[in-house]
Amino acid sequence: MFVHIKRIIRSGFFNFFRNGFVSFSSILVMLVTLFVIGSVIFSGAVLNSTLETLKDKVDIRVTFVTTAEEEQILDLKEKIEALPEVENVSYTSREEALIIFKERHGDDQLILQALEELGDNPLGSSLNIKAKEPSQYESVANFLQNKEPLGSSGVSIIDKINFFQNKTAIDKLSNIIDSSEKLGFIITIVLVIMSVLITFNTIRLAIYISRDEISVMKLVGADSSYIRGPFVVSGILYGLFAAILTLLIFLPTTLWLGDIAKRFFVSFNAFDYYMSNFLEIFAIIIVSGVAIGAISSYLASRRYLK
Amino acid sequence: MIYFDRVSKIYSDATPALHDITLGIEPAEFVSIVGHSGAGKTTLLKMLLAEETPTKGKVFLQSIDIHSLKRREMIYYRRRIGVIFQDFRLLPHKTVYENVSFAMEAAGRTDKEIESDVPHVLELVDLGKKFWSFPNELSGGEKQRVAIARAIVNQPDIVIADEPTGNLDPLNTFEIIQILKKINDFGTIVILTTHNKGIIDSLGKRVISMDEGKIIRDSKEGRYVL
Repeated sequence: MFVHIKRIIRSGFFNFFRNGFVSFSSILVMLVTLFVIGSVIFSGAVLNSTLETLKDKVDIRVTFVTTAEEEQILDLKEKIEALPEVENVSYTSREEALIIFKERHGDDQLILQALEELGDNPLGSSLNIKAKEPSQYESVANFLQNKEPLGSSGVSIIDKINFFQNKTAIDKLSNIIDSSEKLGFIITIVLVIMSVLITFNTIRLAIYISRDEISVMKLVGADSSYIRGPFVVSGILYGLFAAILTLLIFLPTTLWLGDIAKRFFVSFNAFDYYMSNFLEIFAIIIVSGVAIGAISSYLASRRYLK
Repeated sequence: MIYFDRVSKIYSDATPALHDITLGIEPAEFVSIVGHSGAGKTTLLKMLLAEETPTKGKVFLQSIDIHSLKRREMIYYRRRIGVIFQDFRLLPHKTVYENVSFAMEAAGRTDKEIESDVPHVLELVDLGKKFWSFPNELSGGEKQRVAIARAIVNQPDIVIADEPTGNLDPLNTFEIIQILKKINDFGTIVILTTHNKGIIDSLGKRVISMDEGKIIRDSKEGRYVL
């Protein structure tokens, strides 16, 4: 048994190196497949990080009238925090709002002067609410509208909820996020299936070239495992070499993309992502390569063994 | 030892390739089969190799009906027969040595047996200096000698040579026939098909003449007559 396996592996290695051109072209085709699989991983990551950034930017800001009491606001904050949809709520007091406002317009003397003229702080305090999912803002906003707390004067302390101004934008964004996730998934599946089929066909061709050899082996009295084994070993080697090449090619590619991407997605650097997830990507690429190579060879050689 | 019992083979176009063949071959016999192209020689050999199944009749080796063998048994059966073709059919990506050792590896022989038998057989066919050549580096005669070495390395009961000299010049033809005679002297059945009158007449062994799928002549120490 051990001798049998040893001979199959040795024979597979010899076939691989002596059939140089066939091996070379199979590796190239498989390289494309693995590159597609790798790119799918990267574009998935880009999409996710972009979506995360966008989601992060969406929130509801509830601005209160200047006469609202801090105690009431904090009370409301606690109630909102208790909602299951809410991720967090942050409170900005009137004084803080003024400081932020002054900082933002630090260069604009006119506005600062106008502020001086007013004397009193014209800004109300506010609550920034972040939901877990963009689609949940609607219910949070509705909650606020129904629960509208009244101040001592009997008037609502809420000045405005910006959700209703931003509603269409937020709705659109949730839609885009939803459909881009779905579309990404479908494109991934289609691309992967296509490239796997192309690889499978290439390996089938490589074995088709050897069909006469297979018939000679049968005639000499070799059993199927002994005929098929070396093809499977060669297939695994195609996968292995293609995977290593793919991983190497991703180094300069991601480095280059990282520079470009910085201009578009401030938060995403493909190279850093590659480095920090290297083990995972390495495993996916190697396992895919070896599996595609082995399974294609196994299935393709079966035809000629009947 | 080999017995064809009223074997017929009819292909789909309804012309019979073999017609009611009954034939026995004794151990250690050297049998030549002659006939025009399409006379049924190759079909007869394919029956023996179980590459074709008869439409009617049975083929026996000793008492085994070879067309009733299971896959597994068929592999063992094939190892009892060495085959030599006109077009050599060597494995192009294996060296001379590996082409021969492959047959032994396939038969599950140990590394030790392979190391001792392969050089021995290659010496026998006078290829002692070409162990590590690839088939495309060899002449036609050398290729055919590799094929013979591969056919006999497992010490088969039967060697089938289907027009082994068809692609060779007279000198190489002569050498190949000498090797086949030597193999036969060791007690192996040799079945040879050829169009070469000179070979048949010089052999002085049994000759079976075929025409249109039938045996028309079968004579001990026969001559090439069609």
